[in-house]
Amino acid sequence: MKKSVFFGTLAAASALAGFASADTLADIKARGELLCGVHTGLTGFGFLDANGEYQGFDVAICKAVAAAVLGDANKVRYVPTTTETRFPSLASGEIDLLSRTSTWTLSRDTDLKFDFVAVNYYDSQGFMVRKDLGVSSAKELDGETICVQPGTTTELNLADFFKSNDLTYTPVNVADDSEAQRQYIAGECIAYTTDASGLAASRATLPDADNHIILPEIISKEPFGPVVRHGDNNWGDIVRWTFYALVAAEELGITSANVNEIGTSTVNPEIKRILGTEGDMGAMMGLDAEWAKRAIAANGNYGEIFAANIGESTPIGLARGLNAQWTQGGLMYAPPFR
Amino acid sequence: MAESNQAFVRTAILPAQKPPLTEKGMIKWLRENLFSGWFNTILTLVGLWAIYSLIAAALPWWLNGVWNAGSLGECRTIVAERAGPDATGACWAMVRDRWHQFMFGFYPQDQYWRPTTAFGLLFAAIAPVLFSGQKRFQTYMLIGVAAFLSVTLWLATVPMLPVALTALLMLALLAFAQLRPASLMWFTVIYPALAFFLLWGGSVWTPVAAMAGLLVLLLAYRVLLPWTGVAIAAGIGVVLALLWWALLDVPVARMLTSVLPFGLESVASDRFGGFLLALTIGVTAISFSLPMGILLALGRQSDMVLIKTLSVGFIEFIRGVPLITLLFTASLLLQYFLPPNTNFDLILRVIILVTFFAAAYIAEVIRGGLAALPRGQYEAADALGLDYWSAQRLIIMPQALKIAIPGIVSTFIGLFKDTTLVAFVGLLDPLKGITQIVRADIAWKGIYWEPYIFVGAIFFVICFGMSRYSMYLEQKLKRDHR
Repeated sequence: MKKSVFFGTLAAASALAGFASADTLADIKARGELLCGVHTGLTGFGFLDANGEYQGFDVAICKAVAAAVLGDANKVRYVPTTTETRFPSLASGEIDLLSRTSTWTLSRDTDLKFDFVAVNYYDSQGFMVRKDLGVSSAKELDGETICVQPGTTTELNLADFFKSNDLTYTPVNVADDSEAQRQYIAGECIAYTTDASGLAASRATLPDADNHIILPEIISKEPFGPVVRHGDNNWGDIVRWTFYALVAAEELGITSANVNEIGTSTVNPEIKRILGTEGDMGAMMGLDAEWAKRAIAANGNYGEIFAANIGESTPIGLARGLNAQWTQGGLMYAPPFR
Repeated sequence: MAESNQAFVRTAILPAQKPPLTEKGMIKWLRENLFSGWFNTILTLVGLWAIYSLIAAALPWWLNGVWNAGSLGECRTIVAERAGPDATGACWAMVRDRWHQFMFGFYPQDQYWRPTTAFGLLFAAIAPVLFSGQKRFQTYMLIGVAAFLSVTLWLATVPMLPVALTALLMLALLAFAQLRPASLMWFTVIYPALAFFLLWGGSVWTPVAAMAGLLVLLLAYRVLLPWTGVAIAAGIGVVLALLWWALLDVPVARMLTSVLPFGLESVASDRFGGFLLALTIGVTAISFSLPMGILLALGRQSDMVLIKTLSVGFIEFIRGVPLITLLFTASLLLQYFLPPNTNFDLILRVIILVTFFAAAYIAEVIRGGLAALPRGQYEAADALGLDYWSAQRLIIMPQALKIAIPGIVSTFIGLFKDTTLVAFVGLLDPLKGITQIVRADIAWKGIYWEPYIFVGAIFFVICFGMSRYSMYLEQKLKRDHR
């Protein structure tokens, strides 16, 4: 029922998406703030701190884009979105940009008429179990109870994985992460499955974190990225290249500490092009020369954002893994700034 | 020896003996109430066992509660230190750390005095309605409000001017309560504009100009009443007021703002959350749904086909659709029907649809009250020569509403609790929205019962208050001595 309403709305959303203005950049400049759809309750990615400020890995993208476009990372109006409202909000023009751990899939990209401009986090689905269970692979979970959130891609991936390995399981449906944790601690389910980043955060807050392990199997691909509407390619370009500026900055060693001087002190022409001391990259998108400099200054480069929000020094403690630079064996690869 | 033949005559009354042990005090009560037969004895024992195991399971958790800690992990360490490694304990430190978000959402912290003042004045505004102009109760209520405001405004950091204005307002209200208790109803009428101004801020002229629309309505009604009937005068008044709101309201407010720029820092709707949001939606919907429900109930009984059809259609449609659907309509669909780039506030959209929802239920509850009135009451009103509106106002409605009180209040309680459903459209209700945000902080992630218990307790207090008031009202309005 909920689903059919949701898809009905989405259909209406897609049909009417043409309503929204085609020049998002001009709209944002006239409005003086970026409307950014975010998560309100996902540890590390999008949440509000004790002072009511939005924080997180996905929120940093909003800040960087606002800094690039409007010259001030604080000129963002965050629009809290739920799983149900995120895509209709974007389609109806209520938000300019959706940065909320949304998985890039073919149907969302085409049928819903959105553009996933880049991948800012490569996630994947995993399993958490008790260490004393003696299980070392998800394939040993035959016939066990597994906590899973219904109505998500997680649930479908789980079914696919067990079917393809010719195994059975009993799903224990949970409404959200906190309930899953509750059921898992209470022993209602032997394993808990969700995105690996979420599992790491859950595990970190268990009373006896050391007694639990995350199994090595990765059963799905979950590339998260910022999303924009069809119909305004320039706006999509701005978001895409703002993100790639952060990635390239890490590769080239531009940090929030040296961003102000490295543009003049360096001999590397690509750094000069990114920071606007040479060439006119910004003008090609309708921005000024220092757009990327401000975006990097807002939260630091990609590596700094990762480390500050979800990296190994935080309680969540995610390793870079697939999200390392391509030079470090990861998938973060910014196209040339030329 | 002679005495032995005499019959025994007692000369003094024996002192009364104590009743047998099983027939007095505690034991008698226990025997009669708990162990009066084998079946009841078993039930009692099972009940005692159930209570014991509940307490045994939960009590340590409550007793080991921790109030001072920076994170859930710290809470666990403190509990383990105090009560051993396997002990459980509540982590109320979360409430201590985040209570302001449960109360105010993300309202700017230096402006907390505004919702607090609005909340206090709410009671001043509903006192005339609740106690129908009784001097004594109104004075008590106003003194209570004054005490509440003095304490809270003293605790919060507030600039001098609003404190002085609030104090002045409270003194004026108290004076009026002594001299002309009935006139306090005027404060009730202007309260919505005042609350809007306090909560959302902005220019003071916006709510003033909006209230001027009501003034237009009232003036037109007063002027036209002698010449036309009630319905026509009210109709023309409404049309004129709508014209005022549509055409003149905004320019007048803008002009006044440019001449006399006076106002409060404006607060965007998306900063609202927690009980501030629940009460804003709940109180607005409750106060507007009652008059709307009365009109709908009367419309449903009307002889005029158009009015009857519209009322029935409205009631049946709104009542036949789940509230969640209406909320999704408010949040997602309405945006498509409005011109692009109109920013019709989400909270306002939700309030309107919640009000409609409650009004449809209230209408049916009141229809029940109307149906319970004997026909003689209508005929008596006709015999007195009263017109329709006077008859409704003086004879029918007071009795119908009295009968409907329990139904009305339970609808209101249900409505207030339903405000938590706004979480589904991304608003930050206290139960799910704020709790989810608190849990997303790595310091409090994994906390489960504490936020629910805290929010549930506050909901209970408010709903219990409403329920007690309705019982007081029923008692007060009781005219038949059964």
